[in-house]
Amino acid sequence: MSDTHNKEVDQISGVETTGHEWDGLKELNNPLPKWWLYLFYVTIVWAVIYWVLYPSWPLISSYTSGVLGANQRLEAIQAYDDGVAGRSEFADKIVAASLDDIAADQELLQFALANGQAAFGDNCAPCHGSGGTGAEGYPNLQDDTWLWGGTLDDIHTTLLYGIRSGNDDARIGEMPAFGRDELLSREEVSQVSNFVASRAGLETDDGVDLAAGQTLYVDNCAACHGENLEGIQELGAPSLNSANYLYGKSLEAIKAQVNNPRNGVMPAWVDRLDPATIKSLTVYVHSFGGGQ
Amino acid sequence: MSTDTETQEGAQSEDWFASAKKIYPMATHGLFRRIKWTLLFITLGIYYFLPFIRYDRGPNAPDQAVLIDMEAKRAYFFFIEIWPQEVYYLTGLLIIAAVALFLMNAVAGRIWCGYLCPQTVWTDLFLWVERKVEGDRRERIALDKDPWTFGKVRKRATKHFFWLMIAWWTGGAWVLYFNDAPTLVWQLLTFQAPMVAYIWIAILTTTTYLLAGFMREQVCIYMCPWPRIQAALTDEKALNVTYRWDRGEPRGSLKQNKKLAAEGLPAGDCIDCYQCFQVCPTGVDIRKGMQLDCIQCGLCIDACDNIMTKIGKPTGLIAYDTDENIERRIEGKEPVYEIVRVRTVIYAAIIALVGAIMLFTLLNRDFSDISVLHDRNPVFVEQSDGTVRNGYTVRLANKRRHDRSFMLHVEGMPPNTLVEAVGVEATFAGRPIVSVGPDTTREVRVLVTSPPWVKMPHSTPVTFRITESVMGEVVTANDTFKAPGTP
Repeated sequence: MSDTHNKEVDQISGVETTGHEWDGLKELNNPLPKWWLYLFYVTIVWAVIYWVLYPSWPLISSYTSGVLGANQRLEAIQAYDDGVAGRSEFADKIVAASLDDIAADQELLQFALANGQAAFGDNCAPCHGSGGTGAEGYPNLQDDTWLWGGTLDDIHTTLLYGIRSGNDDARIGEMPAFGRDELLSREEVSQVSNFVASRAGLETDDGVDLAAGQTLYVDNCAACHGENLEGIQELGAPSLNSANYLYGKSLEAIKAQVNNPRNGVMPAWVDRLDPATIKSLTVYVHSFGGGQ
Repeated sequence: MSTDTETQEGAQSEDWFASAKKIYPMATHGLFRRIKWTLLFITLGIYYFLPFIRYDRGPNAPDQAVLIDMEAKRAYFFFIEIWPQEVYYLTGLLIIAAVALFLMNAVAGRIWCGYLCPQTVWTDLFLWVERKVEGDRRERIALDKDPWTFGKVRKRATKHFFWLMIAWWTGGAWVLYFNDAPTLVWQLLTFQAPMVAYIWIAILTTTTYLLAGFMREQVCIYMCPWPRIQAALTDEKALNVTYRWDRGEPRGSLKQNKKLAAEGLPAGDCIDCYQCFQVCPTGVDIRKGMQLDCIQCGLCIDACDNIMTKIGKPTGLIAYDTDENIERRIEGKEPVYEIVRVRTVIYAAIIALVGAIMLFTLLNRDFSDISVLHDRNPVFVEQSDGTVRNGYTVRLANKRRHDRSFMLHVEGMPPNTLVEAVGVEATFAGRPIVSVGPDTTREVRVLVTSPPWVKMPHSTPVTFRITESVMGEVVTANDTFKAPGTP
């Protein structure tokens, strides 16, 4: 490439120099190996071919899409659709089978549990916890305490329509705000709360008239929570004897609930998940062991 | 670029690089050549035809004697069926293979390389094709120098066609080990086989063609690690292909040596005919002594013995011998051959031991298996009646070819503990009976609930025991039962 007049050859190595010199140091001209160079040229050719075939160059608001029409987004959508199609065989069976049949069929059960576990993590875990153990205000699905029933059908219904979700078929149970709406005086709230606490095995305040509390309970609470504080599942009224209280088991928590109750909401999933997934979730939640 | 630079550079590159010399091994005949042919027939026969041997395992099981079923995750070898978790049998085989190589080395150096190595076997086969098509050493050298005439093209094309056919068959045989052979052959011929089979055939066809057709001894000399390793494994008592220079030197032509002998001057038996060098598949002159390139195949022994017979001298100028014996003969002592010595006995003992362990485990392996995984979230559940429940994921394996059921019992818990398996209705005395299909596993969720009124400690070691209902086979796995409290 360069002019051939002043080629200088290094005495020691016998290699010609580039003519560059720094403080008396001369740069030798050892060209790259041929195979290396040719491989480099191949990569350049490869890149040009790639530009033609595949999406490569960004433009102002789009990009060169390539003649093969490769599109990773479409591929991902296709892969998702393939996955759904691959599951459809089982999903159809799940939709067709009754809940008891699913629980009894080994193959369907395996699929439902796996499918349910995945769906649970996506949709239910934020409130109920990744293991279904719940939290204060969010029911524990692992234990044997069920507000609305723990049979397969009960769980299925709850999943479909939710609790106080606004869905027409949703289960609704409202506890009146006895304190806030002044149905009971401050003293009466204290009395009835202490009565419940005493029956639930909690410490009570000193000098509270428990007999008055019992009378108040029978008049105001027994209709839902039962004569013996056992709760009524049809109304979603929890047992007050249970070891597990949704909003915390303490006198303060009971007072707060009587005074200004919290009524939690579970969304209806009927419009958000497909029937097979809801059935899978039912079987999965039931398999936690608390199911009835 | 000036001329003197060019000469300088040229001189340097010649010093630095030497292109490989092409070697033209000559055909020979004799004892070791016969052994090599025999081993070639046996090993290639096994390799090419083993997949077609049938072995009846009953219904719902492949009837191929040797099969690695990737899809079903099973490996079959006649009466043995290996599950993925038993892959340690492969470890045992590899240990035996390695120690067997050490033993060979201690006995006779690189005889593996000379007789049994796939590289040697296929190169031998390719050389045979080459000789049949192009002729022996002299003709091949001439053919290489010939201009490209029609005859040369025809010979070359024929040779490469047969090479490619053998290579293709080699790749083809490989994939037959991973699928039902007759079915796969038909699929391959009708282009219905899975793509992965064609890819593997292509890869192995290419490698066979290149390695056995073109690279040959280069593989043994430059690519293979074995020549380097064997230097550490052989010793002065190992039998190596040895030129007995004590008898052969000083070498000279037949005429010259006869003349020297007549004059009473020292004359060796070696007549410098170069036969040993010309038959050598790696192009070694064995008379220079032990070399890295020598693969101990003994073809030079055959060639030299043939010559010695012709000139009326005793055979064995080149033989499997030890350096030690040459020294002993020079000193006038009897040669010694110590095949049985500490090193070989230890290697043989290791092989026997590993083999025995493998056989023992194989004969005593369970045909069922259990693995238990404790729930991590939640670790335990307190129920409203004060009982505590633990959840476990239990996987049962049935390695028999028929349906079997297992009774699950949890030991180490107080009486009246409730054990339930989700989706399992059948029970016996409160213990779930889990049925598992043939040659498969089943995962069940097992719930263990402590009895009421029993305060469980923070952690209780428990044993999951499954008892097979017919044979009474018992397998156990250990876990713990957790309860509230501090350790």
